[in-house]
Amino acid sequence: MRSFVFLVLLLVSGTVNATSDLVVFSDPSYAARYQTMILELRCPKCQNQNLADSNSPISQDLRAEVQRLLELGMTNGEIEQHLTERYSEFILYRPQVNKSTYLLWLAPIVILVIGMLTILGLTRRSPTASEGQKFDTQDDQQRLDDLLKNGNK
Amino acid sequence: MRLALFLPVGLFVALSIVLLLGLDSDPTELPSALVDEPFPAFRLEALDPEQGFIDEQQLMGEVALVNVWATWCYACRIEHAMLNQLAENGVKIIGLNYKDNRADAFDWLASRGDPYAFSVFDLRGSLGIDLGVYGAPETFLIDAQGIIRYRRVGVVDERVWSNEFADLYAKLKTEAQ
Repeated sequence: MRSFVFLVLLLVSGTVNATSDLVVFSDPSYAARYQTMILELRCPKCQNQNLADSNSPISQDLRAEVQRLLELGMTNGEIEQHLTERYSEFILYRPQVNKSTYLLWLAPIVILVIGMLTILGLTRRSPTASEGQKFDTQDDQQRLDDLLKNGNK
Repeated sequence: MRLALFLPVGLFVALSIVLLLGLDSDPTELPSALVDEPFPAFRLEALDPEQGFIDEQQLMGEVALVNVWATWCYACRIEHAMLNQLAENGVKIIGLNYKDNRADAFDWLASRGDPYAFSVFDLRGSLGIDLGVYGAPETFLIDAQGIIRYRRVGVVDERVWSNEFADLYAKLKTEAQ
């Protein structure tokens, strides 16, 4: 029994350790904005981690920088602007819509439209393709023609 | 109609070319946001406390390299000999000692030679953030007006110097005269 309790405590304590650096803000509303910002900002040193996940020194510094800028009263947009001026757009996980990112933003829509047109084209073509098909017996042919005209009734 | 059959092949070839070109680009290298921008304003203590405080004004007037270094940075060891050689050849190099320990930095310069006209002591990395530094060593080439003209993330060796810096440096030097 005692070892069971110990095991449970051990399992629970993992989540307690997980809250590493505690960030205190002068205004409680900053905390939520801080969380969203560090989730959407990318660590410049690590290829695919955001500032929240990464524990590299540069991410620690940039988290502190985001906190500092929030305390200065900057809006989220201003903070993003401030950081892209220094670290380029690489740092944004949600890239801005501009000349160099049109392809990125529009490609999914374009591909979706192409896909829909292709499916439309294929489904339209199939009944005409079966028109040329002939059956051996008159009965089968009659049934097919009925099916194509009236559906399966 | 027959041509449409070759469409997937065409798309495949086009995609292959795009991906092949992508192989050459280094994903760890960030685009430089600061090229052609003025060196950010700052006011920090010099590494040598006797030199007092340094600001961006003291970086102007001459074409120079600003080299971000630290004793904890392994690649800086490899780079140091090249910096010494450049300094011997008359290239002005300003050091930016980045998030380092002063005593270690003094030892480093005493044992390996000091190629820097002076070093700025950026203990907290605040100037580093304004420069978009994400890993030492980094080297910025600034012109006489203090405009950043080139940036290299990583080691500057002979090959990098002759391929990326030498021509631009010579050009800026003649412009400054």
